[in-house]
Amino acid sequence: MPAGAVVPIPCDVPPYRLSGAVYGALLNHRSALALLGQAVHAPPYRAPPQAPVLCVKPRNTLAGPDTVVRIPADAEEVEVGANVGLVIGRAACRVPESRALDFVAGYLIVADVSLPLASHFRPGVRLKARDGFCPLGPAVADPHGIDSDALTVEVFLDGARVQSATTTDLIRPTARLLADVTEFMTLSAGDVLALGAAAPAPRARPGQILRIEVPGIGVLSCRFEREAA
Amino acid sequence: MKRARVAHAGAVHDAVAASPACGAAREADGTGGEHAQLADEGGGEHVRLADGAGGEHVQLADGRIVSEDAVVWLPPFEVGTVIALGLNYRDHARELQLDSQEEPLVFLKGPGSLLGHRGRTRRPADAAFMHYECELAVVIGRPARRVARERALEHVAGYCIANDYAVRDYLENWYRPNLRVKNRDGCTVLGPWLVDAADVPDPGALGLRTFVNGKLTQQGNTRDLIFGIPVLIEYLSSFMTLSPGDVILTGTPEGVGNVMPGDVVTCEIDGLGRQINSLAADAEFGRGKHEVPCESSI
Repeated sequence: MPAGAVVPIPCDVPPYRLSGAVYGALLNHRSALALLGQAVHAPPYRAPPQAPVLCVKPRNTLAGPDTVVRIPADAEEVEVGANVGLVIGRAACRVPESRALDFVAGYLIVADVSLPLASHFRPGVRLKARDGFCPLGPAVADPHGIDSDALTVEVFLDGARVQSATTTDLIRPTARLLADVTEFMTLSAGDVLALGAAAPAPRARPGQILRIEVPGIGVLSCRFEREAA
Repeated sequence: MKRARVAHAGAVHDAVAASPACGAAREADGTGGEHAQLADEGGGEHVRLADGAGGEHVQLADGRIVSEDAVVWLPPFEVGTVIALGLNYRDHARELQLDSQEEPLVFLKGPGSLLGHRGRTRRPADAAFMHYECELAVVIGRPARRVARERALEHVAGYCIANDYAVRDYLENWYRPNLRVKNRDGCTVLGPWLVDAADVPDPGALGLRTFVNGKLTQQGNTRDLIFGIPVLIEYLSSFMTLSPGDVILTGTPEGVGNVMPGDVVTCEIDGLGRQINSLAADAEFGRGKHEVPCESSI
């Protein structure tokens, strides 16, 4: 069973498909690290992150736009990490920052849904890798004319704006992130790398409708419902 | 049945272990030794070549029988989600001076980290401590969602050997173990075979051994897993649907040690065969003093 072919997201630019591998840069928005304050120097962390901090959103989490995300019966709410994600166009291995954007096929919106995280010490797979916890879309936008380091990301719940952020505040801007990530792991055509979400993450409850708007890329919507026990 | 995926003569093939009765000649591959005395509980028609002299053969789906060194070994199945366990043997947790935990320590890996039997893995020059981890890999065969431990093994297609390398120098206390430690290119070695679950009567009592350059360095038994296979499947499937091709790397016992370029790491698990991996220097990958760009300028 290949990893891919899971999410039929329209992709009209090469490679015309997603591979199914989705990575997310965590703590890459200044607001996310700022929220932790001096805690980054205390146990268990002891120091701010040096290399990019990444998570894997496995194939069971992937969902297209306009889907239903189910919140488990024993949880009140979920966190929504609203990300711009890039799609890799061809194998990217230790790409120099100056040429990193040549490897980007396009952009989309990635909703990194998670049960509320109490700590960033462990990967939290039970919280972050639940079925349907990574809606993507609405389509892969052609990268020409898009400056992924100057995009507005707005999050709405039931129509009310709950977060407004900008990718100018990424700690590692797109090209730098790609250079640093591909220093130790090759990204392949169709892989997605989410660039980092602002914090605090908006929290959604069952019954609410989420909308993430990124002018130039599109609008990603989904609905939260209570999972049957 | 022992199943593999190999590249040979211009194509990728499904393949199975070929019996010596098929008549192909054995040849020494120079990497063996006396250590490969395996207890093969798989039995059946596919007799294990237990003499450690190499010379295994595979039969391709099109009927050809090919020597093991005439193929490129790929991960033995189409790999889906790679789920790995940390600190899942009591002795290894002690070795790292960590308390065992109430909930399994799970982390995920991406497809770029995968490598087959006899592959070469880069050993970064700037790291002081890169170590192997011999692990039993459990491969899912039927979708699993909220499966009770009593029925968990019904969802297993089979088992294989995994060597899940780590570069400890890069550990940071953020989402630990972070991907820079555990998701490096070529650092998740799977194979040579996927052995059908029916041929592994008790996956909870398999001996694991690692040899570095022929010297035994790591030894354990899956009976010492903190969270056994049925419990892991129950736990994981309680929050994520497991699909065919998903693989659970169940953790490694004590005995991890540093490896260097040129070292040959052999991992064995009772009944699953013997997996060989070699460590390569940065230079082989165009890194280091004479840096070669990955993709030359257009």
